[in-house]
Order: sequence, then structure tokens, then C-alpha cells
Amino acid sequence: MHSLTPAAEPERSPWRDALQRFRRNKAAVTSLVFLIFVTALCIIGPWLLPHAYDSTDWDALKLAPSLTNSHFGGTDESGRDLLVRCLVGGRISLMVGILTTLTSIALGVVWGATAGYLGGAVDQVMMRIVDIMYAVPYLLIAILLVTVLGRDFYLVVLAITAFSWMDTARLVRGQTLSLRKMEFVEAARAMGVSTPRIVFEHIVPNLMGLVLVYATVTVPGVILTESVLSFLGLGIQEPMTSWGVLIHDGAQMLDSAAWLLILPALMLSLTLYSFNYLGDGLRDALDPKDR
Amino acid sequence: MFAYTFRRLLIAIPTLLVVIGVVYILLFSAPGGPFDAERVVPEAIQAQLMAKYHLDQPYWRQYLLYIAQLLQGDLGVSYRYADWSVNELVASALPVSLTIGGLAIALSLVIGVLLGALAALYRNSWMDYTVMALGSVGSVVPSFVLGPLLVLAFAIGLDWLPSGGWDDFSWQFMVLPVSLLTLINVSTLARIMRASMVEVMNSNYIRTARAKGLPMHLIVFRHALRPALLPVVTIMGPLAVSSITSALVTESIFSLPGLGILVVNGAANRDYTLVLGLVVLITALVVLVNLCVDLMYAFLDPRSRA
Repeated sequence: MHSLTPAAEPERSPWRDALQRFRRNKAAVTSLVFLIFVTALCIIGPWLLPHAYDSTDWDALKLAPSLTNSHFGGTDESGRDLLVRCLVGGRISLMVGILTTLTSIALGVVWGATAGYLGGAVDQVMMRIVDIMYAVPYLLIAILLVTVLGRDFYLVVLAITAFSWMDTARLVRGQTLSLRKMEFVEAARAMGVSTPRIVFEHIVPNLMGLVLVYATVTVPGVILTESVLSFLGLGIQEPMTSWGVLIHDGAQMLDSAAWLLILPALMLSLTLYSFNYLGDGLRDALDPKDR
Repeated sequence: MFAYTFRRLLIAIPTLLVVIGVVYILLFSAPGGPFDAERVVPEAIQAQLMAKYHLDQPYWRQYLLYIAQLLQGDLGVSYRYADWSVNELVASALPVSLTIGGLAIALSLVIGVLLGALAALYRNSWMDYTVMALGSVGSVVPSFVLGPLLVLAFAIGLDWLPSGGWDDFSWQFMVLPVSLLTLINVSTLARIMRASMVEVMNSNYIRTARAKGLPMHLIVFRHALRPALLPVVTIMGPLAVSSITSALVTESIFSLPGLGILVVNGAANRDYTLVLGLVVLITALVVLVNLCVDLMYAFLDPRSRA
């Protein structure tokens, strides 16, 4: 029989519990390590490699990847080093992914929390708008946005943000609906705390776990959308590059230089894969009910 | 059911009007009018041109005129393709997109449902693992990587099929695009079908059916399949929206003369009316598909009509 006095355990917070569960998930931890590795490589790599992403080497056109010369990843049809271009392109793709996710999550949280907390007619109208946004063929509007307003980096971010916040808004609204009936919200209301402060100081902090999971799942989707835009020639412009641009260029050279497609495609796919596994792992860790 | 249909229509129509409005504002806030060409035309002629296309009117009236014109089924003229109205351009491109897309949707529905159901029924077998692996590859390798890889394997490597182009609906040119679209959709459909089939097979009424000794094929076909198909019906709406993305990518990879190419070229050429017409048309199609999906869902599952 166990004694009735509880064993002396270290203080256990929900976050520490979650961290422990996360550590046990090998796929998620591997993904996280890989993502940190890729990010670091994209940030530092271009400084360490001997070539610039936009400098052309006329003695080395369409060179196959090899370890014997300085172009480890090969070169493209105008002699630009593929490895450096992949890393610089990765910077852009990851930056679009992270910036867009931050803005779209922020918009989604504010929208969903406001609709969920206020309820009634405001909620109805706000959620109808979300319904409408879902039915809009977002890629077409994004294409229009970047064509009309120019193909600037921040416009790409803006265009993708405009169509990636609805999932978060719906989720946050659902959670807010159940949170607003809790005693601590009731107590805050009874003490006369203003509505915006209740929403942002009492409800939103309780959504952070969910938001973290959702942010992780949003990043790959956003990177993918940017890549599609760039692949269609409507996103990031030459000589700047992104994984989508590189894949597009690689697809043009398929019959003579397949490595131009394979290296960026591999980097993009592995990154997306890792984000998905990381998201799964975080969800399992932060939401034990749902395992 | 009638009241439900009416309520759904109440959402569908504003969706269209809002999209048209937003696109309209966007296009007309863009710098450069359609007649600001290099060739200088006399002012009087310029004014006549503007009047002909109502460009001298205030924007709100242009919008209303455009809506009125749309209601008569006229998508307007293209500013760039001489002698072509948007309707004519669409008429030549739509059959290509619809054939490719329709074939792919039909194929992926059949294959996806079949694979998903089999994976669920033979759970944790090699069958299940193969389907799941296929599903996760399809959901991670993007269409614009998978497409060129297909070209590399079947057009360049094995030299069985053309790497792109279009020749008046001859089948060789359709195989690779249709396969690509099917592969993309099958992975989603199979995963959803598997998950819902697993859930249904674990439910109490299936256990009852099993307990009373009903043979397996009767359980599956008479009791399990119909409720398991509900999530597949639900996903058809989002799938319609994402098909647009895959259609744009597919048509650009295989250079098919479909709607996607028209959109991309129109956007690159700032062909205002062409892009506007295409966006309106495609949005209308998507809204229509969503409406059908909702109605079908309400028909299949009376609980959702509330």
C-alpha cells in the first residue's frame, strides 16, 4: 500500500508537464532540431560560402553538384551558386512564413476573441465575414493584390495574411465562448474590469497553448502559398529568390539539370514536413485530452 | 429543407457581391488606365473610348453597370486580347480546365474513398501503412514539386508521354495533368475517409450489427459506408477552393490552355476586365459548389439543418 502523504515532487506547472510530454515525442523533437538547423543554416550559411547569391560565374554554367569544386550544390544556367541561392531563398521563405503567421495569428486572435466574448449580433456579423472569406478563392485575390499593388516582399506577406487568419479566428472564438463562462472571468466582470481588459488580460492568455499549436500549423501553409505565388512568377522577383522561385527555375531546366529542382524541393518539403510534425507534437503535449 | 436552402442562398449572394466589389476597387485603384498606351490618341477620341466603356462615369455607377452586365451573362471585353471578348476566351479555356478537373475529381473520389475505406477496415496492416504513407507524401510534397517530378520520370526518363502542351483533347496530353491532380486530392480524401471509417467502425451500432452476426460486407455497405462518407462530402467545399490553386499550378507546369493560364497571363498583363471576369466566374463556381455541398450535407444528415 502507498502511504497517503504525497511523495515529494518538484513543483509541476501545466507548461512543465507539456514540456515533458513533448520531449518524449521523438518525431516532434527531431523536427524541432531540424528546423533550428535549417534556420541557422539559412541565416549563417550565405556568409560562410565563397559565392554571392546573385554573382554569376561564367566558367561554371550548369555545373552538377560535387565536392571537388567550390560550388558544392552545383550552379544554374547563368552560373549562380545553387547552394547559396537555396539558403538565401530559404531566408525569404522562412521570413514570409514567420512574419505572415505572426500577423495572421494576431488578427485571428483579436477577431475570434472579440466575436466570442461579445457574442450576439456582433458575433453573428463577424463570423459571417469569416464564412464569406472561406468561400473566396484566396489565391486569385492574392494574385490580384500582388499584381495591382506591386510584387513587394511586404505585399506578399499582406496578401497571404488576408487569407490565413480565419482558422485561428474560428478556433479562438470557440475557446472564448467556453472561457467567458468561467468563474475568474465572472469575477473580473463583477470587479468592474473593462471589456477590452477582460478579453486581452484574462481570456487571451488562456488561449496561448492553442495559439502556439495553431501558429505552428499555419507556418507551412503560408510558406506553401508564397511558393505557389513565386512558382507562378507572381511572388518574389529576380534576382532575389525564394524556394518557390528556385523550384520554378529548376522545373524549366529539368531535362538538362535536374539538381536545380531537387535541392530546393528537398529543402522545402523537409521543412514543411517538420512543421507538420512539430505541430502534431505540440498539440499532443499541450492538449492531453485529445491524444 | 426549403428554409435551409434559402438561408444558404442569403450567404452565397453577398459573398459574390463582396468579392466583385473588392476586386473592382483593387483593379481601379491600380495605376495606369487601359488606354494610357504609348500611342497618343486625340483627346476627343480618348474621351469617346472612355465613354464607350463607361470609364468616364463615377466608380459606383461603373460597378452597378458591371453587375447589370454580369446578370446578362456578359463578362465584358478583354483590354489586351484584340477581337476577343472575355466570354469567348472563357469559352475556349473552360472546357480544357473542366475536363482535366472533372476527370481528376471523379478519379480521386473513387480511389480516395476506396483506399481510405480499405485502410480503415484492414487497420494496421501493410495496406493501411501504404495508404497512410501515400497520404502523408501527398500532403507534404507540394503540387509544383510533384508535377515536375512526374515530368522527369514519365516524359523525360521513360519518354512515354509528352511533357506538356495540349492537342485538342487527345488523351496523351491529359494523362500527366490528371494524374497530378488526382494524386494531390487522393491523399486528402483517403486520410479523411480512413479517419471517419475508423470512427464509424468503432461505434456502438456497428458493434451491435457485428454481435447479431451480420456478415462483414453487409455491415460495411449497408451500415458503415453512408455515415462514413459525410466528412468526405464536407471536404468537397474546401477541396473546390484548393483545386483552383492546383489548377493554376498544373496548367502552368504542363502549359495547358485553360482558365489558370488566362488568370496568370491576365494578371501579368494587367488585363483588368479579363481578370475581373475570371475571378467573378471562378468565385461563382466555388460558391455554387459550396452551396451544393451544404445542401447535400443537409440532405444526408438531417441534424445539420438547424
